[in-house]
Amino acid sequence: MARYLAQRIVAFIPILLGVSILIFLMIRFVPGDAIIAMLGTEAGMLTEAQRRALEAYFGLDKPVIEQYFVWLGNALQGDLGLSVRHGAPVLQVILQRFPVTLQLAVMAMVIALAVGLPLGILSAVRHNSLIDLIGRLFALVGLAMPNFLLGTLIIYVLSVYFRILPNSGNFVSLTTDPAQNLGQMIFPAITLGFSFAASVMRTTRSAMLEVLGQDYIRTARSKGLRDAVINRRHALRNALIPVITIAGVEMGYLLGGTVIVEEIFALPGLGRLVFNAISQRDYALVQGIALFIAFNFVAINLAVDLLYTAVDPRITYDRKA
Amino acid sequence: MIAKPELALERPKEESLLRRLLRNRSGAVGLVLVAAFLITGLLGALGATPYPSLEQHPRDRLKGPSETYILGTDMFGRDLASRLMEGAANSLQVALLSVGLATLAGTTIGTIAGYIGGTLDNIIMRVMDIFFALPALLLALLVVTVLGPGINSTVLAIAVVYTPIFARVARGPVLSVKEMEFITATRCLGLPESRILLRHVLPNTLAPLIVQVSLALSWALLTEAGLSFLGLGTQPPRASWGVMLSESRGLAELAPWLMLYPGIAIMLGVLGFNLLGDGLRDVLDPRMRGRM
Repeated sequence: MARYLAQRIVAFIPILLGVSILIFLMIRFVPGDAIIAMLGTEAGMLTEAQRRALEAYFGLDKPVIEQYFVWLGNALQGDLGLSVRHGAPVLQVILQRFPVTLQLAVMAMVIALAVGLPLGILSAVRHNSLIDLIGRLFALVGLAMPNFLLGTLIIYVLSVYFRILPNSGNFVSLTTDPAQNLGQMIFPAITLGFSFAASVMRTTRSAMLEVLGQDYIRTARSKGLRDAVINRRHALRNALIPVITIAGVEMGYLLGGTVIVEEIFALPGLGRLVFNAISQRDYALVQGIALFIAFNFVAINLAVDLLYTAVDPRITYDRKA
Repeated sequence: MIAKPELALERPKEESLLRRLLRNRSGAVGLVLVAAFLITGLLGALGATPYPSLEQHPRDRLKGPSETYILGTDMFGRDLASRLMEGAANSLQVALLSVGLATLAGTTIGTIAGYIGGTLDNIIMRVMDIFFALPALLLALLVVTVLGPGINSTVLAIAVVYTPIFARVARGPVLSVKEMEFITATRCLGLPESRILLRHVLPNTLAPLIVQVSLALSWALLTEAGLSFLGLGTQPPRASWGVMLSESRGLAELAPWLMLYPGIAIMLGVLGFNLLGDGLRDVLDPRMRGRM
């Protein structure tokens, strides 16, 4: 196990390096001068000497390859540069906002699993029944409903019919006032969790259906085991593997895909930070967030692989046999 | 007298793909939705809308659905139905161009990597892995950051996200097909490699690609609408379902139809391509039948 883990971590290094090169190059491809991008029209007021000094300060006078290695070296030491707009280190700005996004993603995942798993299991066990029909309908709507539409609808219903605004910019963190925080987070989490629940439901249902058709389920049934035991102990356990995969992948996407929901509900998370950084041309911040999210994404994929062994003892990553 | 063996010689009639698709429930519904979408988009592109999509009717601002304006008007008195049709044309244009680009680039990369194999394959697929390490929406946002907002950036952003996916989907079947005996046979015949690849290997990898194209189109629709909603995709006054939905936000209480109809349009479009993809998978790959 330890050896497998080490191997996987080593395999991730080139991918992360590649991602860092990709992100670095993309930002360098932004048309126009980085100094002008930072200062806007005020850049026109710079004297030649001031401009040179600024370029030297940000290392922009060096060749691109050297710039990359300087940036990478600093990044490895936790220094992702300085956010021009926030006037603070990029990593510090990211870590300030990350808890909001993380909480949102975790809540969305809990909602998705709480709805998607039971619905998927019931749909498969009662194949072609009314509940199966409802489940499949839910899955279709969830698949087709973009989160910006659902979010807009939820805000509309809340404000017009219940006269409440979920959030108007006065965000309260979980540690300050848990009740108020959960009240602000629940609707964004439902918005994010909805389509996620649909894909969990679809995956659970199809995996359960496949497993329920296997010979060993018939054997278990002919032994006289109760349906509940068969479904729980024999079917669900084996059906969980694809569900874990999908949940892991979706969790990764959630961490990078909360932009729209945070924007609609005015939540100060990572998604809104990256959106603002893009529109304000705060490239060091964009670069830092992209690298941060990619790192998390890759780490989650590794965690998913490790979870398999817990669910399915047949999967071992040691080469003994 | 011996019975003529004619019957045995007759080949079983092959049903057309369309026929089989129409008998599949997902496929049939998907096909109808996609066809309706295509027609709407085509009419929108040709300008065959009830009113010019940018024509303002200052006296008829925020009018509900009526005989004059079947789906109502927006805050400038522009006809919503006409704008939805132009939006359909716009979404279709972005989706078809971006997925077309991604299919072309991805299939080329994946097929060549799989067919040649070895170090080249290894390098290409590791580079593709790098793109997979970034969440799709973030990658799309990064591309838009570099290129600036607009329709062309949206097309490229979606294409960049989907190229690695098509490369992976195309490579898999190539790996197994190239080991098959009929490929060895073509090689024995002395056919040039390029001809073997294009005429014999590629056609056998099409089924999963076609399914993927349909699913990619639905994602492209969603992404175009999402980026436009954020103000990074299609720029107003050009109509896009995402832009229209975003504009409806402050007006939902006064004019709920402004939110309702673009929302329904997006959902039906996405659903159509998704169902079509599911149907195609059932029809083209019998092993997956009935799973979903």
